[in-house]
Amino acid sequence: MNRLLIKGGRVIDPANGVDGIGDVLIEGEKIKEIRIEGQRVKGPKGQRVKDSDTRTLGHSDTGLRTIDASGLLVCPGFIDMHTHLREPGYEYKETIRTGTMAAAAGGFTSIACMANTNPVNDNASVTRYILKKAMEEGAVNVLPIGAISKGLKGETLSEIGELKDSGCVAISDDGRPVTNSGLMRLAMEYARQFNLLVISHCEDTGLAGDGVMNEGFVSTKLGLKGIPDAAEDIMVARDIALAELTKGRLHIAHISTKGSVALVRNAKQRGLNITAEVTPHHFTLTDEAVIGYNTNAKMNPPLRTMQDIDAIKRGLKDGTIDAIATDHAPQDSDEKDVEFDKAANGIIGLETALPLCLRLVSDNVLTLSELIAKLSANPAKLFGLNSKGTLKVGADADIAIVDLNKEWIVDAKELKSKSRNTPFDGWKMKGKAVKTIVAGKIVYER
Amino acid sequence: MRLKRKDILTIEDIARDEIELILSTAQSFKEVSEREIKKVPTLRGRTIINLFYEASTRTRTSFEIAAKRMSADAINISASTSSVVKGETLKDTAKNLEAMNPDCIVLRHPSSGASEILARLVKCSVINAGDGSHEHPSQALLDLLTVRERFEKIEGLKIAIIGDISHSRVARSNIYGFIKLGAEVTVAGPPTMIPSGIEKTGCRVLYKIEDAIKDADVIMMLRIQLERQKAGLFPTVREYSRLFGLDSIKLANAKKDVVILHPGPINRGVEISSDVADGPYSLILGQVKNGVAVRMALFYLLLGGSRE
Repeated sequence: MNRLLIKGGRVIDPANGVDGIGDVLIEGEKIKEIRIEGQRVKGPKGQRVKDSDTRTLGHSDTGLRTIDASGLLVCPGFIDMHTHLREPGYEYKETIRTGTMAAAAGGFTSIACMANTNPVNDNASVTRYILKKAMEEGAVNVLPIGAISKGLKGETLSEIGELKDSGCVAISDDGRPVTNSGLMRLAMEYARQFNLLVISHCEDTGLAGDGVMNEGFVSTKLGLKGIPDAAEDIMVARDIALAELTKGRLHIAHISTKGSVALVRNAKQRGLNITAEVTPHHFTLTDEAVIGYNTNAKMNPPLRTMQDIDAIKRGLKDGTIDAIATDHAPQDSDEKDVEFDKAANGIIGLETALPLCLRLVSDNVLTLSELIAKLSANPAKLFGLNSKGTLKVGADADIAIVDLNKEWIVDAKELKSKSRNTPFDGWKMKGKAVKTIVAGKIVYER
Repeated sequence: MRLKRKDILTIEDIARDEIELILSTAQSFKEVSEREIKKVPTLRGRTIINLFYEASTRTRTSFEIAAKRMSADAINISASTSSVVKGETLKDTAKNLEAMNPDCIVLRHPSSGASEILARLVKCSVINAGDGSHEHPSQALLDLLTVRERFEKIEGLKIAIIGDISHSRVARSNIYGFIKLGAEVTVAGPPTMIPSGIEKTGCRVLYKIEDAIKDADVIMMLRIQLERQKAGLFPTVREYSRLFGLDSIKLANAKKDVVILHPGPINRGVEISSDVADGPYSLILGQVKNGVAVRMALFYLLLGGSRE
């Protein structure tokens, strides 16, 4: 059996309150043992193990491979709640193979993929296709998200029960809001019997109109049509009201406005079952990134303002925002190399997320452990994945080993993703995954 | 004397002394159009392409005449009769035109930012002849020339720009241009057509045309695009005309030496009544005349003399 010892790293496992120098032993696809200097140690069944036994963790084992992780961070592999893998249907933008390789290079060991493929993932056969491809070619775990409505049309519910049974971890019509409040109510109610998360792309399409960027002075100067922040706030407020009505599990995707953050905070204070995610670009860039008609700064929801970033950071700090997700959205250069109003929405994010997130730690927004929780333990909990997002004994051996001090410059041409649409090309970054382990196997190393 | 720049894309990024140079150069070119032989050899051997993705009479003709009076070879391309209808992208069109080695491309395009994108793609000069709702710099320059001729200065004048500010590239370029030359600019229109944060450019915002024109030296009426009514930005053309149309009754409260500008084409009886458009305060045809001179100046200052 495959045995791997990760030695001498700083082990952080937020789910179990672990933060210390120590060793992690992997056997097969699972975590076998973990030893932290100066801390209580737990054996396979949680029983106390004598210190002398663990000091020589795996010592006499000849078939053991050892990774020296001294000076490095060892933590649960990251779980991205929000990606677009584009397969099936748009393989020229990304495939399950290239998307999962990008994920591995970014320290992600599981990625949830949205349903807006062609055909749409609104039935079990598409879910099974994605899972089969992921099994054959994927570098990391792929967690399909099923469509709320058939064909993402917002008219009738998909067969949510069968989607769940075939492996979907949540439902969402992401990319399109469910405009019909009656249907959204039914989705939240219906999903309750499966305890499934309903992920909402919040946008009042009538108010957003044909806007292409945040509405404000920058859009006025550029002569581009704006999307007011109220277009998001209104839909977040509606969905919170529906969650209150239905007692369903609501998750707000890619939150971007200070108004939405306040609404989610208030809903949580009232005890509602509501969670939220934010993307690294929405806490890093403002609408000024669009100046020069940079189509790699075009996405939906659009980049907002410094005030929104400040509110999002407060929301991350006080727990209003539970998770950080990339909204990795590969687009072919032909769809970006055009006039701004004609360009496709979205940016890739899997390979730039970690260093952008680590800025939250250096800016004292989050502790390192809090950040890792928002990238691993919290998403695992939201998807109901008990053996992921943690380094507890017996958990899946999905691990990221990170060099927090590694300085590097983003070169879009060198990224693993099939697409190049990133506004961070040329950015100086600090922090890089140096080894990514999925089910006990090293899937990425540099 | 040449401009130390490759392109003319916006008034926002052009300095006051550059504007002054363009205006004084244009002033000196006006005389060429009064001659019997309306041609100077200055730009002989230069090739100028007018690439128009939108319908235009005034601007396209003006650029074409300006190029020809400078002895440049001018080629006109309309999107409706070009490979654009076959789905060619702006980038491919740009690269193909560049392969024929023009000296300047004049671009009119419905997308904001199109001229900036084109300028990044080609080595030749690019003049923005209107991009979406962004800017229309040559229009602002001819408006500045027209006003300066009348008042002999711009500094200290009060300019009122009336109408759909949100969708107007003419408004944006004129706000920047007049403020740079020291005028006070007021914009007025229905709140649905005043874009977010426009006052940060330094202009004043009002919602009543009467208040805006009361002490104005210059009233600039913007064309109201009738499709905006379909988008619901104002209830009816009748109501727009009643509230924001300039007629002789509203004009009676303006200054006695006020002048009226309009970039054209005008909707008679909508944003401006015929008696005002054709009346003694109107400089509308003077604007058109100055348009040729300004565009000759732009070609000369970008392309004239030897390349540095």
